[in-house]
Amino acid sequence: MQPLVTIDKVEMRYGGEDGLLAVRDLSLSVAKGEFAAVVGPSGCGKSTLMKLVTGLYIPQQGVVTVAGSRVTKPVSIVGMAFQNPTMLPWRTTLDNILLPLEVVDRHRRRLRANKAEYVAKAEALLETVGLKGFGQKFPWQLSGGMQQRASLCRALIHEPDLLMLDEPFGALDSFTREELWCIIRDLHAAQGVTIVLVTHDLREAVFLADRIFVMSSRPGRIIEERAIPFARPRDLEIMYEPAFTDVVHELRGSIADARKAA
Amino acid sequence: MSTASKGFNWIKAAPWLYTAALFILWEGAARGFNLPQYILPAPTVIAQAIVQYWSAIWKNSLQTLYTTLAGFLLAVVGGLALGILVGWSRFIYAGLYPLMVGFNAIPKVALVPVLVIWFGIGTVPAILTAFLIAFFPIVVNVATGLATIEPEVEDVLRALGAKKMDIMLKVGIPRSMPYFFGSLKVAITLAFVGSVISETVAANSGLGHMMLGAQSQFNVPLVFAGLVMLAIEGIVMYAIMAWIEMRMTGWAHRSQTMAA
Ligand SMILES: Nc1ncnc2c1ncn2[C@@H]1O[C@H](COP(=O)(O)OP(=O)(O)OP(=O)(O)O)[C@@H](O)[C@H]1O
Ligand SMILES: [Mg+2]
Repeated sequence: MQPLVTIDKVEMRYGGEDGLLAVRDLSLSVAKGEFAAVVGPSGCGKSTLMKLVTGLYIPQQGVVTVAGSRVTKPVSIVGMAFQNPTMLPWRTTLDNILLPLEVVDRHRRRLRANKAEYVAKAEALLETVGLKGFGQKFPWQLSGGMQQRASLCRALIHEPDLLMLDEPFGALDSFTREELWCIIRDLHAAQGVTIVLVTHDLREAVFLADRIFVMSSRPGRIIEERAIPFARPRDLEIMYEPAFTDVVHELRGSIADARKAA
Repeated sequence: MSTASKGFNWIKAAPWLYTAALFILWEGAARGFNLPQYILPAPTVIAQAIVQYWSAIWKNSLQTLYTTLAGFLLAVVGGLALGILVGWSRFIYAGLYPLMVGFNAIPKVALVPVLVIWFGIGTVPAILTAFLIAFFPIVVNVATGLATIEPEVEDVLRALGAKKMDIMLKVGIPRSMPYFFGSLKVAITLAFVGSVISETVAANSGLGHMMLGAQSQFNVPLVFAGLVMLAIEGIVMYAIMAWIEMRMTGWAHRSQTMAA
């Protein structure tokens, strides 16, 4: 399959020429429809990688391409979700989810005339994440886990080809987290969207991803790339199989080495 | 809630009870120590003065109310506009902020003579003093609201191709509204201070002017009557602003109680 995202020998500094070197010699590629995970020590440049791919930052050296064209400005075919759900408290959950449509050019022109169609789509998304009927509630009336689900809906409403998730489950309890893993797994299977997930949780990465990239300490680059062979659809039960635990264990070793090398 | 079940809400009644207690103490002290009227008139004496001079008090109260509100409205419009401008770009912020701080440091009473030179004695300097003094807190609050947009929200929108204008309209301005409405309470109080200052220095009507006249005739009960009217007007305007704040930005209060 052809790659949707490629990062080629990218170097990125914060604050200009002599600024802090966040990533160097960073190269990876993610195929269309693939589920990739990025793991690495804290502060190694994972969030930076996300921002490079979405075009929020432009690297000083190297090339980032998304869908065949070089990234020089924000690319609107991505949806993003962060650890912090960042719902706007003055909008209802439904209006929060519709927010990207008011921004993306190709939708904002159609939004007013086709409001009902978009609302129906948002409600369908809410149903897939288990929030049916919560659209009229305000975000502060929802629990943290519910807000995080709503923020997934917001990331998906404009039908992005690429979903970038930066530790979206980090702040949740383990049961909610497992529930959301399954939701993401099913979304990926159903919609064929390409997903890049940044996470601290190795079990999460192994459970969800087709391929895992391990980053070195800052300045970050990819030091290991690993395909995860488990057949899909995966059940939560596989996390208790020895083969699964072995992969997690090895990855853990790689990251420990990366931290020591720093 | 347990007080409500006993049929009487002490918390609700507390402001009235305390006010009544204050006046009773005052009355008692004035009579008990036999204080002369020209030092501290008793509340009953002040009430008599209010009745006796009602037409003058009413006319001057309206004048003060008028200059305060006019200055306040100017401050709202100007403060909102400048606040959005300052919050819009780091460059404008960096340039204007020191100027505004310097300007705010000038005691506004010192500006009244200048305003009198430009506009003559009367209503205009009072309105402008109210405007100048009330405008700063509004600017600072609106700019703060705009400057503290969560970077993640901005990232989500910018990654979708949002322009600065979109981010301001969708996030910045709604987000700064609680700050704006919160600043109105402070601004109205300051506007009131500004117009009374100006009336005391250079005017031919208004409560400040009336009190100055009463003072020169040693009509101390009338001076105090003026003070009482000022307090009443101040409380009413503050209460109205607090009510508007609650109505307009309920989400901010509720989302905070939820988060807490
Ligand atoms: N806006 C910024 N300005 C300056 N330096 C930054 C900025 N954002 C990140 N950095 C620095 O760049 C490095 C990489 O940051 P990044 O946020 O990408 O790390 P991360 O891998 O996402 O870390 P974590 O796992 O803790 O989220 C860090 O050392 C950080 O201090
Ligand atoms: Mg990060």
